[in-house]
Amino acid sequence: MENNERARQLSHEDSRKSGGFDFASVSTKKAALFIICLAVAMVVVSAVSLLVGRFPIDPFVGLQILFSQIFPIEPTWTTQVESIYLNVRLPRIILALLVGCALASAGAAYQGTFQNPLVSPDILGASQGAAFGAALAILLGFSSFALSATAFTFSLATVAMVLLISTRAKGNRILVVVLAGVMMSSLLSAGVSFIKLIADPTNQLPEITYWLMGALNGATMKEVYLAGPIIVVGCAVLFALRWKINILTMGDEEATTMGINVNRTRFVIILCATLVTAASVAVSGMIGWVGLVVPHLCRMVVGADYRKLMPASMLGGATFLLIVDDIARLLSTSEIPIGILTAFVGAPFFLYLITRKKRA
Amino acid sequence: MSISIQNMGFSYGKHEVLHNVNAEIPDGCLVNVLGPNGAGKSTLFRCILGLQNGYSGTISVNGKDMRKLSVKERAREISYIPQSHSPVYDYEVMDVVLMATGNDLGMLRTPGRSHMLRAYEALERIGISDLAHRTYTQISGGEQQLVLVARALAQNSKTIIMDEPTSALDYGNTVRVLSCVKQLAREGLSIVQSTHQPDQAFLYADKTMVIYEGSVAAYGSPKDVITKELVSKIYGIDVEVNSLYDDRVRVCVPMSEVVHS
Repeated sequence: MENNERARQLSHEDSRKSGGFDFASVSTKKAALFIICLAVAMVVVSAVSLLVGRFPIDPFVGLQILFSQIFPIEPTWTTQVESIYLNVRLPRIILALLVGCALASAGAAYQGTFQNPLVSPDILGASQGAAFGAALAILLGFSSFALSATAFTFSLATVAMVLLISTRAKGNRILVVVLAGVMMSSLLSAGVSFIKLIADPTNQLPEITYWLMGALNGATMKEVYLAGPIIVVGCAVLFALRWKINILTMGDEEATTMGINVNRTRFVIILCATLVTAASVAVSGMIGWVGLVVPHLCRMVVGADYRKLMPASMLGGATFLLIVDDIARLLSTSEIPIGILTAFVGAPFFLYLITRKKRA
Repeated sequence: MSISIQNMGFSYGKHEVLHNVNAEIPDGCLVNVLGPNGAGKSTLFRCILGLQNGYSGTISVNGKDMRKLSVKERAREISYIPQSHSPVYDYEVMDVVLMATGNDLGMLRTPGRSHMLRAYEALERIGISDLAHRTYTQISGGEQQLVLVARALAQNSKTIIMDEPTSALDYGNTVRVLSCVKQLAREGLSIVQSTHQPDQAFLYADKTMVIYEGSVAAYGSPKDVITKELVSKIYGIDVEVNSLYDDRVRVCVPMSEVVHS
């Protein structure tokens, strides 16, 4: 409270000095600083991630290898090092950044449009749809690329089905959409269980189980090319729609009277959020927590305004997932699936944050 | 004519809510809508605002047929002040007001400096610009209602609809909000508000409209409309209307409470 009072007084003094209204409040300046810090953190973590691992790479050599892709530089390193660097580490880091950004921005967008802070990106069945597609693909012995494509298709098809069902149901639109999503998810999760039951227990069953836990190892440039464009375009649209999400949180009627075409706007937001979620899940498996926790943490710092929350969630999600993936890579020789780690890191941190005393 | 309603009717399925509604609301007029619960006040408002389609007859606002306007165009003609309620997320007061300024923006755009100025001017006009950077959910109910009034002003429409703006406010805040609304009508806005207090009409309305059993039962100056007979009939209780200060104001008193004591 005292802080707030002081902040108000300060902003008053500011406005008196400038002879007008101070548009950039103290909280806006704080939010801008936070977003810049996140951007810097993302770049630093990415650079460090390229160098650390089971085969540490000298920073200078690392830079040289990157530049050697564009300029002709006489290699002072072995082809093995270059291969690890460019074909294993680089795609994995790019994918971690993309998936983290996608899940966090989709989570933030869903939380706004459904006016509920407890919503996560899989609320409409995107994850369970992908899981069913992937399990089916493994059962049928598809290649890894075909597996991703199948998971992506099933994910989109599930959400489309949920939206279709919801248009035919009566009652509160948001409630009906969420209920339909929960029902489709449980149906598909039963489907996954059935596939596990009939899958070959020596090779298929472990593969399905491992996929469901979510992992970024084995990422190649192929996955980046598959998911990258969809995630970049989807996130760009979500970013552009950040102000409209603000208005949607006021409820459908108020948003309509303020001149927003609610149904069309919500459809575009759901479409983009679903596309980026489906693309992420298709290449990385089920990675929970990022989409729920990162927007929450960012909201605690920058506030509810999506003009700040959306960029903060995007940068925060990318950085968070990359850090967790680094931990997954470095912690032990047999990698821990990142889906488990996000919960191990995310849940206690989240519980700490909601139970800590509010600053006086 | 700010709002013109002709032969308007509305039904939820087979249940008829409104029928044969005709009313003309002039520019710069403060109209008070009275009527018992379920009489159709809210439905009428929802139809005027374009939240409820499928009504029969025509509704025009500022001379424009609302049915032919897009959502965006409607928002330029008429704005809505709901009852103050707690939004899910904690927005700054400034952001709440800013939300109504964007009806000239494309879908992918965010408001700029001119919108900020418009929002700030609206806050200043209501006299609450010192609340600009406070959190909307942490100010009092009366202040929240005034912020919503400022938001409607920032929308730059000539007509405003308020649905029971003071039903959740204490006595002081009720007076503050209603005086503010009255002042805005004096400055040229047309404002239609519903209320459950017949007394308020004498102080804060140019005209009173009574909605009873799905139709306009009476419409005119408050002193002509709010009579002992009409109020007793629509609310189903025995009421006496009395005048104070040489009939500069009148009050309604429920007789059952006075006679028995």
